[in-house]
Amino acid sequence: MGKSLYQKIFESHTVAKLPSGQYQLFIGLHLCHEVTSPQAFAQLREEGQKVLFPERTFATVDHIIPTTFPERNRPLKDGISEEMFSHIENNTKNNGIKFFGPATAEQGVIHIVGPEEGVTQPGMTIACGDSHTATHGAFGAIAFGIGTSQVADVLATQTLAMSPLKTRRIKFTGKLKPGVTAKDVALAYIAKLGVNGGVGYAYEFAGPVIEEMGMEGRMTVCNMAIEGGARVGYCNPDEKTFEYLKGRPYAPKADKWDEAVAYWKSVATDADAQFDDEVEINCDNLEPMVTWGITPAQAIPLNGNMPKIDEFEGSEKKVISEAYEYMGWEEGSKMIGRPIDIAFVGSCTNGRLSDLQAAAEIIKGHKVAPTVKMWVVPGSMKIKVEAEALGLDKIFKEAGAEWREAGCSLCLAMNPDKLKGRQVSASSSNRNFKGRQGSPTGRTILMSPAMVAAAAIEGCVTDVRKYIK
Amino acid sequence: MNSIDIVKGSGVPVRGNDIDTDRIIPARFLKCVTFEGLGANAFADDIAGLAAQGKVHPFRDPAYKNGSILVSNQNFGCGSSREHAPQALKRWGIRAIIAESYSEIFFGNCVAIGVPCYKVSHEVADKILAWIEAHPSEELVTSTESRTLKMGDETIELTLADGPRGQFLDGSWHARSALMANADKVQELAAKLPYMQFLK
Ligand code: SF4
Repeated sequence: MGKSLYQKIFESHTVAKLPSGQYQLFIGLHLCHEVTSPQAFAQLREEGQKVLFPERTFATVDHIIPTTFPERNRPLKDGISEEMFSHIENNTKNNGIKFFGPATAEQGVIHIVGPEEGVTQPGMTIACGDSHTATHGAFGAIAFGIGTSQVADVLATQTLAMSPLKTRRIKFTGKLKPGVTAKDVALAYIAKLGVNGGVGYAYEFAGPVIEEMGMEGRMTVCNMAIEGGARVGYCNPDEKTFEYLKGRPYAPKADKWDEAVAYWKSVATDADAQFDDEVEINCDNLEPMVTWGITPAQAIPLNGNMPKIDEFEGSEKKVISEAYEYMGWEEGSKMIGRPIDIAFVGSCTNGRLSDLQAAAEIIKGHKVAPTVKMWVVPGSMKIKVEAEALGLDKIFKEAGAEWREAGCSLCLAMNPDKLKGRQVSASSSNRNFKGRQGSPTGRTILMSPAMVAAAAIEGCVTDVRKYIK
Repeated sequence: MNSIDIVKGSGVPVRGNDIDTDRIIPARFLKCVTFEGLGANAFADDIAGLAAQGKVHPFRDPAYKNGSILVSNQNFGCGSSREHAPQALKRWGIRAIIAESYSEIFFGNCVAIGVPCYKVSHEVADKILAWIEAHPSEELVTSTESRTLKMGDETIELTLADGPRGQFLDGSWHARSALMANADKVQELAAKLPYMQFLK
């Protein structure tokens, strides 16, 4: 019987079975950022341990870094942010770890920088102290988020104690219509399977829609696996994967390339592999999706109605009422036409070049509504340079949007970019949790970057398809 | 590392489904380079939100001040992978958690820092919550060994998978000691992985 990519990589990376019944898994790539790593490095120092494979860890600074000048100049005005920044610089320097920092113009959101630099590769196990690590699964790797104690485990031993997950293949069939993007596919599977539908599972994303999709779209789909409860989400590697990696700074060089591609092909799911569960989602009639509530699963097609509280029972009913209470909308009404205050294009979900291009295409020749502030935040410094070479910065600025420096920005607002009061943001990020964007009462509507651009023009949630040229 | 079996203490009822890590410890408090002091900010936004409505959150209610067993409903700890969330609860004083279900990463993080998370059915969760609300200062006792909760005269069965139960009992919840023991095997496996040669 054939095996899935998940099973193959799990098996080839198993060092031993542990007395606890878990497996000791070798970690091929470890990524770090400034929020979840300082306590782990401190633990190592306290215990007098060294980093075992410093060349397999890469780091950047993304969560706390301001996205505007002069705020971005060192030392950062916010003392604790500056402290976190210098901790990651010193911890990487003292342990011989590569730091993709602003000084070398390699900085960006960790899940964007890994693929961009070519350190993310098929057939690896990839861990990072960050829940959106499944993003790297788009390359055909097993990638998952870990806690800080586990960051210390990886630093000291390059391994983790893990239990194997069950596997679920989600086949996306049909064809996406114009204006419907990877983000809509992601919101659709989360809405269908629920916020904890994926608990205990690794998701394999497959089918013609995924095969058609570019690498950046696949990253968007994998990025949100955790929002559906799945710690791991991946796509099988194919020619698009190899094409994307070719020539990246840390990708295999010419003399190793054929060997690498052969290995990468060998990890793909076998034709006769068995899954614990299979789901099919037909995308022929998929519409642009928007969230209306306080979990990413509370999403509806743009022209749909929000649910009625009475359609639910028991504990679910409570969650729905809580969402309405927080958002302040009327149950059963529509999201289309709802005013917004902030339009945010960015984050590890949708801050890549193709996302910025999609938003620019919509906003070109239009103006941001006077009631709206629009922030466009490239996911990395390299993306910013590429976008500027294409003139995207000019398109955004002419429309009245702010063109910013790379970082997590408003996605979780651990930096100066925050909502104020009850502001509503149309956001291309991945979480609409209460208080996520920096104001304890702020409200987030998740959507694709093109939809964010359309909302910025009209000052309210609207149909991007009107603007498709 | 130590074995973790009995936890004794009064309860803290935190009712609700999908209580996510942003609520347990709002993102602005993640700005720290040590975990110390996180306890004081556990549930900060929920506490403020309720205070504005003239209500009091269990984490601020004097009745539950000394509580060490947190009880909640479904999907507790969903959201971010941040260990700050269980660390905040532990530093506030929580030593064991009982809920209907958990997010996986949260559960794993709790194991890693030595806080057992037990599962119960919806009915049992509601019963325990109601009991704690009626008896805020009375002692509860959980045991990883027997997978039970002693509540008044009653003994309630708790669910805890064999794997983590064993880890709490034999001390291997502190994963690193077990991982370090296989250092040679790690080098052997690393030498066999094709991609170890791909990175320059
Ligand atoms: S962009 Fe948002 S989700 Fe992604 S790593 Fe940064 S804070 Fe996390």
